[in-house]
Amino acid sequence: MASNAATAPAGAPQPKSSLRKAAQRRSTIAFLMALPLIVLIAALVVYPTGYAIHLSTLNKSMEEFVGFENFEYLFERETFWMVVWQSCIFAITAVVFKALIGFVVAHLVHNIPLKGQRKWRGMLLVPWVIPPAMSTLAWLWLFDSSYSAFNWLIEGLGGPRVPWLGETGWARFSVILVNVWYGAPFFMIMYLAALKSVPEQLYEAAEIDGAGWWQKMWFITLPMMRNIIAITVLFSTIVTFSNFPIVRVLTNGGPIDTTHVFATYAFKLGIESSDIPLGAAVSLFMFPLLAIAAIFILRDVNKRGNQG
Amino acid sequence: MDTASATQGAAPPRGSIRQNRRWALIWSYVFLSIFAAFFLLPPIYMFITSLKTSAEISAATTPWWVHNPTLSNYTALLTSREFMIFIRNSAVVSTCVVIITMLISILAAFSLARMKFWGSATLATGVFLTYLVPDTLLFIPLFKIFAWLHEVTDIQFINRWWMLIILYPTLTVPFCTWIMIGYFASIPKELDEAAIMDGASYMQVLTRIFIPVALPGIIAATIFAFTVSWAQFLYPLAFTTSADQLMLPVGIVTTLIKGDVFNWGQIMTGALLGALPPLVIYAFLMDYYIAGLTAGATKG
Repeated sequence: MASNAATAPAGAPQPKSSLRKAAQRRSTIAFLMALPLIVLIAALVVYPTGYAIHLSTLNKSMEEFVGFENFEYLFERETFWMVVWQSCIFAITAVVFKALIGFVVAHLVHNIPLKGQRKWRGMLLVPWVIPPAMSTLAWLWLFDSSYSAFNWLIEGLGGPRVPWLGETGWARFSVILVNVWYGAPFFMIMYLAALKSVPEQLYEAAEIDGAGWWQKMWFITLPMMRNIIAITVLFSTIVTFSNFPIVRVLTNGGPIDTTHVFATYAFKLGIESSDIPLGAAVSLFMFPLLAIAAIFILRDVNKRGNQG
Repeated sequence: MDTASATQGAAPPRGSIRQNRRWALIWSYVFLSIFAAFFLLPPIYMFITSLKTSAEISAATTPWWVHNPTLSNYTALLTSREFMIFIRNSAVVSTCVVIITMLISILAAFSLARMKFWGSATLATGVFLTYLVPDTLLFIPLFKIFAWLHEVTDIQFINRWWMLIILYPTLTVPFCTWIMIGYFASIPKELDEAAIMDGASYMQVLTRIFIPVALPGIIAATIFAFTVSWAQFLYPLAFTTSADQLMLPVGIVTTLIKGDVFNWGQIMTGALLGALPPLVIYAFLMDYYIAGLTAGATKG
């Protein structure tokens, strides 16, 4: 936040003009160094985002301006509303379970002696390291309709065959399960980092005061971890809401479009049916969430700026 | 082992507390094992299936065990020209993207963390916000933009693997710049001020002081850039279609699954080989990997 003058070479009083010149030269160099970043972001992130809005107002051959017709068309379709519902259910359920499992596992790792923690942490983060498209293939094979390894176990125990990907309810469950499997380790690693940063004295003081497990959790752990929990949940919600590979590889939207989320539905319309404007219109529905997240983050940045 | 670690407490605790701690520890291990089994199940099952022949897979034996292990799936894939092209495409693109990303983000982070210019604070926040714009929002307009560029410049972009080198940095640069800003900002100001007073140029300050001091951050950012470009699935799926232009993940998903004939042994082998580079890097550089992961939220 410091201005240029503050960081310019201090020391013996110099003539004002040369000092200003040095500062100017310095900020020119700085600008040039940041230029590749600015060009990249402007050309390949900011411009395409604006262009998506423009595209969504064109007709299928992209020759005519049609205003909100694409959106009106979407609003009349039952499939689209199903996609809205499924995206929200998918994102909310998956994030809640990721956060809970991550929280529990982080505490379990934190509980065991320090020298074993590295090994366990290393094993538990593996799902996050494997490219999601690859690990989802393994799940696809585990869920296979005739050779499912899960069904083999369930049938061995005398249970019924489960149509993991063949029936809407089960398919929705499976898609969320895979997403939770992939994302929970990330929460675990973030929470673990937060747990390590809580000063041990707080717990000792609480113990002396006779606080129980719940009280320590409620009055020390959770307040100390609040920021990291908030940021991780925010990140994860955005990433989950715009998730593509898991649904694409596992169900490709089926059965009968019931597991499509915004990303896969936009891909289906925009690339596979080559109706680019309609696809762009669908993908824009991911934007409101982004805007909300941006507001929260900007508020946080401002707060930090004021404190510092 | 359990008892030894449970009694590490400073003063010898009363019997019931020690007993409680012991049980808490045992239950921790039990539940950790359950979660570890859940988390490691898919990669282990990948490995089991990759050692099976098609005949053994379709036979009604237990899917959880290999009776006649074979490496035929591995030799089949590693001698297939198509698969080697996928690997080459992925390797070249990921390497180029890592280099481009690190060049852009180190320069920009140095400029934003230290030198500052009009609007640099806003830009630093903006970089973080662009990190949140998902690829799934950008791929449709980008597709149209590159189709249009083809008309204007007569260079074919769509269905060319190298064009992904232009696209991937949008996914890697914002985050890498952000964590590099954090690492650079933690370097004491006196260090570079002294160097500048001694007549060093900004470039010298960057290469002689900042890069060596922030090396752990640079390694973490490099790992991040590599794993993101290696795992990227949406862009290559949308932008490339011919078999010789595909990246490894897309190649495995689209060419090994043909119609109704699923050669699961080969698919699992391919998936395992595709997951191997990130896993190997993770195995050797786990601390840097984790530092990069957590840096986004805890630094800056």
